[in-house]
Amino acid sequence: MTREQIIIDTSGPPAGPARKVADPKPSLLLGEHSLCPGCGEPVALRLLLEVLQELDIVQRTIGVVGHGCYGSFVRIMDVDVLQCLHGRAPSCATGIKRVRPECAVFTMQGDGDMANEGLQEVLHAAARGERITCVLLNNGVFGDTGGQLTATTVLGQRTKTSLAGREAETHGYPIPVADLVASLQGTAYVARGTVSTAGGVAQTRRMLRKAFEAQLAGAGFSLVEILTMCPTGWFVPTAEGPGYLGGSLEQTYPLGELVT
Amino acid sequence: MTRELLEGSAAIAAAAITAGCRFFAGYPMSPFTGLLESMSRELPAVGGVCVNAESEIEGANMVLGAAAAGTRSATGSCGQGIALMQETIAEAALNETPFVVFNMARNQQDYFQCTRGGGWGDYRTITLAPKDVTEAVEHTQLLFHLAELHRAPVILYGDPLIAQTRISVTVAPRDYGPLPARDWVLDGTGGGTGRSRQVWTWAMGKATDPGPGPDRHWRAVADKFDAIAGVEARFEQAYVDDAETVVVAFGTAALFVEYVVEELRAEGHRIGWFRPVSLWPFPGEALAAATTGARRVLVFELNAGQMLDDVRIHAADRSVVRFIGGVSIAESGLAYGDLMDAPVIRDRILAALTGGVPA
Repeated sequence: MTREQIIIDTSGPPAGPARKVADPKPSLLLGEHSLCPGCGEPVALRLLLEVLQELDIVQRTIGVVGHGCYGSFVRIMDVDVLQCLHGRAPSCATGIKRVRPECAVFTMQGDGDMANEGLQEVLHAAARGERITCVLLNNGVFGDTGGQLTATTVLGQRTKTSLAGREAETHGYPIPVADLVASLQGTAYVARGTVSTAGGVAQTRRMLRKAFEAQLAGAGFSLVEILTMCPTGWFVPTAEGPGYLGGSLEQTYPLGELVT
Repeated sequence: MTRELLEGSAAIAAAAITAGCRFFAGYPMSPFTGLLESMSRELPAVGGVCVNAESEIEGANMVLGAAAAGTRSATGSCGQGIALMQETIAEAALNETPFVVFNMARNQQDYFQCTRGGGWGDYRTITLAPKDVTEAVEHTQLLFHLAELHRAPVILYGDPLIAQTRISVTVAPRDYGPLPARDWVLDGTGGGTGRSRQVWTWAMGKATDPGPGPDRHWRAVADKFDAIAGVEARFEQAYVDDAETVVVAFGTAALFVEYVVEELRAEGHRIGWFRPVSLWPFPGEALAAATTGARRVLVFELNAGQMLDDVRIHAADRSVVRFIGGVSIAESGLAYGDLMDAPVIRDRILAALTGGVPA
């Protein structure tokens, strides 16, 4: 193999902006996602798939996906998937893991799925110390149905069913799922990350990796709550999604590792 | 295999394990509880798993997951608990995941629940109603086969008499014939190959290999249930050829009816009995044939008249169908009431024979 001489012309500025180009299409993605511009969920999906590849467990992984925008990921994730009922993913994942302990089993759920309909499932799965990894994509609204209040909508947030903003007196207080789960015995790893900033993306990726490592080590239940942007459901301009998330959800749900 | 003196629940558990059941999850509710206890005691010994779930909903979904991963699995409860499971039963019917649901019911008021379901979609559930523990053992083994053969959740409709009667039974392996390839099972190995699998009610396939989509998939599922209706109907009957009166009953109540009809036959009455063994598919054609020459078709069931609908649909002459059953439950809620009594059933049949109106 001939080694080419690389000449970098430093006599003037580069022709285009300097940038690091990532592989635009991870090999575990089978097609384009269909979610709205500015949505944070495709970023989270990509992190998850990359971690599965990094850990070299792609061919012994089974995912369980609930109902929400991310349901469309079933079509583009190149891993075995059970698409289950709203809220029930941790129970389905429990059944799968108990009969296939050699597999890495994960769930992907939104806040409406996990915190509203399925709060009981995730809490009991955590308390049982199921060797599964649950991923909560928390954008504080029902995105799929167009931006209604969920159990994680932050106080003051305007949604289609809390037009004047969430008030505790009327709608109750938001539920910090990661904190609830972290309070239970049976957990091996619990963390909350974000995909609203480059640093947050890198940190969330590490969290997902640790969560799967905990599962593979048989240490117990793991959960990563990922704050994601939903500018469509929030009724804010696409470009303002990350900033809105930083000023609202991140204030209510502090980032970091809760159980390690 | 040796004969053992077992309570019905324990016999059913032994039958399930013999049929290959290796995952069970349920929530205690009498008279189902004995089955859950038996499974929790017996399954670990054969390398299986039994989870005392925190709710019926969780138990049913654990079973859906385990079954989707390719393990013969079962859950159960009774009426109210089965109601909570209907969401999952419908989902499994539509995403074609096989498992067995043991409805150790408190009475016969779950007929509509088992045969009509409470979930959404064009699905039905094969439901077998044994008349005693011996038959429950046979049905249990058959149901695991039928679930996998047709890739659908199926129901055993028992009751307190079956769950709690202690009898001498033999549980031996049974061979019901070949089964289709299990190429739908999620085993995790498809990842990264472009041929990863999905179990999904909407059947829209992977982006690189589109599935049939909901319209074609659901039509295919509905067609499947039509086909099942044509081949899985089961029934028993006696003396119907010359019967002026045919008494229709299911489950343990049918055992009592059978006894009374034998008595009345011996006394010279032209009477026969017909028992749907499968409640869905309902053996409608057989019932039509059995009632062709009958002047009376009497329906005895311990509810306000649920199977009565199916009998009316299928009887050769629906104008001769009379209901002689009724709601009958002990105050404990865990046993049949006064109507589940051979002399009472005899009185009701005789009243109908002589033109009297049953109480």
